[in-house]
Amino acid sequence: MCGIVGLFLKDKSLEPKLGSMLSQMLISLSDRGPDSAGIAIYGAPSKNEAKITIQSAKPDRDFRGLDAELAKAIGAPVSIAVKSTHAVVRTAPNKVDAAREALQSIRPDVRIMGAGEAVEIYKEVGLPEAVVDRFDVRSMTGTHGIGHTRMATESAVTTMGAHPFSTGADQCLVHNGSLSNHNNVRRELRREGMTFETENDTEVAAAYLSSQMAHGKNLGEALEGTLSDLDGFFTFVVGTKNGFGVVRDPIACKPAVMAETDQYVAFGSEYRALTKLPGIDNARVWEPEPATVYFWEH
Amino acid sequence: MPATKLSKAAQDHASRVFDLDVSSLRELNQALHNLTPGSNETAWEVLHPKGNHSVAVGVDQPVTIDVRGSVGYYCAGMNDGAAITVHGSAGPGVGENMMSGSIVIKGDASQYAGATGKGGLLVIEGNASSRCGISMKGIDIVVHGNIGHMSAFMAQSGNLVVLGDAGDALGDSIYEARLFVRGKVESLGADCIAKEMRPEHIELLQGLLDRAGVTGVKPSEFKRYGSARTLYNFNIDNADAY
Repeated sequence: MCGIVGLFLKDKSLEPKLGSMLSQMLISLSDRGPDSAGIAIYGAPSKNEAKITIQSAKPDRDFRGLDAELAKAIGAPVSIAVKSTHAVVRTAPNKVDAAREALQSIRPDVRIMGAGEAVEIYKEVGLPEAVVDRFDVRSMTGTHGIGHTRMATESAVTTMGAHPFSTGADQCLVHNGSLSNHNNVRRELRREGMTFETENDTEVAAAYLSSQMAHGKNLGEALEGTLSDLDGFFTFVVGTKNGFGVVRDPIACKPAVMAETDQYVAFGSEYRALTKLPGIDNARVWEPEPATVYFWEH
Repeated sequence: MPATKLSKAAQDHASRVFDLDVSSLRELNQALHNLTPGSNETAWEVLHPKGNHSVAVGVDQPVTIDVRGSVGYYCAGMNDGAAITVHGSAGPGVGENMMSGSIVIKGDASQYAGATGKGGLLVIEGNASSRCGISMKGIDIVVHGNIGHMSAFMAQSGNLVVLGDAGDALGDSIYEARLFVRGKVESLGADCIAKEMRPEHIELLQGLLDRAGVTGVKPSEFKRYGSARTLYNFNIDNADAY
């Protein structure tokens, strides 16, 4: 099954509530996938600072003193905000690659969840409510975000197997479904130089979109490509620095409902994820068409 | 005490209201299943369904149920005799395996509305998405708007009436159901063909439109589709394909 949600705010006055709105949406779909959950939140992007979200199974050991060690390794200031098993590392935008490389040698057990000017990604094994509480997602502000609650089919129930998957700066994706040609597509993308952290099918979809956008396509064009290049069942919800997109495969077995008002665009696997949004009774509510790309950008 | 008796009798005749913000879904469905023939509790109202699954499934008494809001999966499934109205939209599988009675959806219906239905009438006043009437076995379905792809897949009997358009692969592998579409059909599925509208079909369709409360629409505006019956028996010339 799996449950996915997305929320793209048009009304700035809702931004302080993004975390709580998205959390409530995700928790309402807990019984669609109780094994792991994750959320990606896009805060206000900063030109002077990049964020790297990292994760460790032993945060006490791995995060202690990491800011100083990392700063020394890359020769630039670094700050770290720890949240449970995750931490957000802030540094200069031109030091992100150096920081990623340095992390591999000074903290080999630390995993990188994602990086960019705006995105922070939190995911763990457990029910959505536990994951939301663990990372205090409800208090987070932002412009848009996506979330996922997982019932694993394709690969192991681990933190790294949870969604969202991020394979490019400020890009991430959640998926309901399963892909059948992911091994082939992974091989092709590896040949292009992309790297993979897991054997998961969804990571391949995320990397596919990153690759398409790296070749100059916009989010809508990249999503269009999934319809011919990815085989299997999918409803994808995708976030970029300033955008939010949705696409369903042509068979469209996996459920999807969208709602739009002057204040927001919202996506849920089911309508019950949307019932507590402001003004939902007067929102335009529709089921996204199969093989049709929807996207919004700020 | 006569006064108490009177007020209880008066209560029995009033609509029984279940607010799903207060009561659980299980309490609602159990109360509906506890109904016995001849019960005075003939009118029910369900408030705040909020996309819940399985609202009013398995009702087997001729009561009326008004659901005020949108519902999730499998609403009114297995209905046998009740008249159920959803004043909102319905999630996947609304009216699945209906036996008799009626279901009216004031908004849209998601995929596989009326799947495997054996009897009764399902009216969708908005649009229905993919696989509407899949494997229908005698149900009548009237959709005011459009229907999605793969509708009436392997439909066995009953009638599907669509006032709008139909998506791809309408009636794929259809048996003996009748499909009436007023708008355009994106494509027909395997073994589904357009058929002549004879007087008996005009009469049948007029009856269905009347039952569904559709006015201002003439049966002659529809085209009829059904089975070419070429898949009924194995064709030896196709042996190489297997």
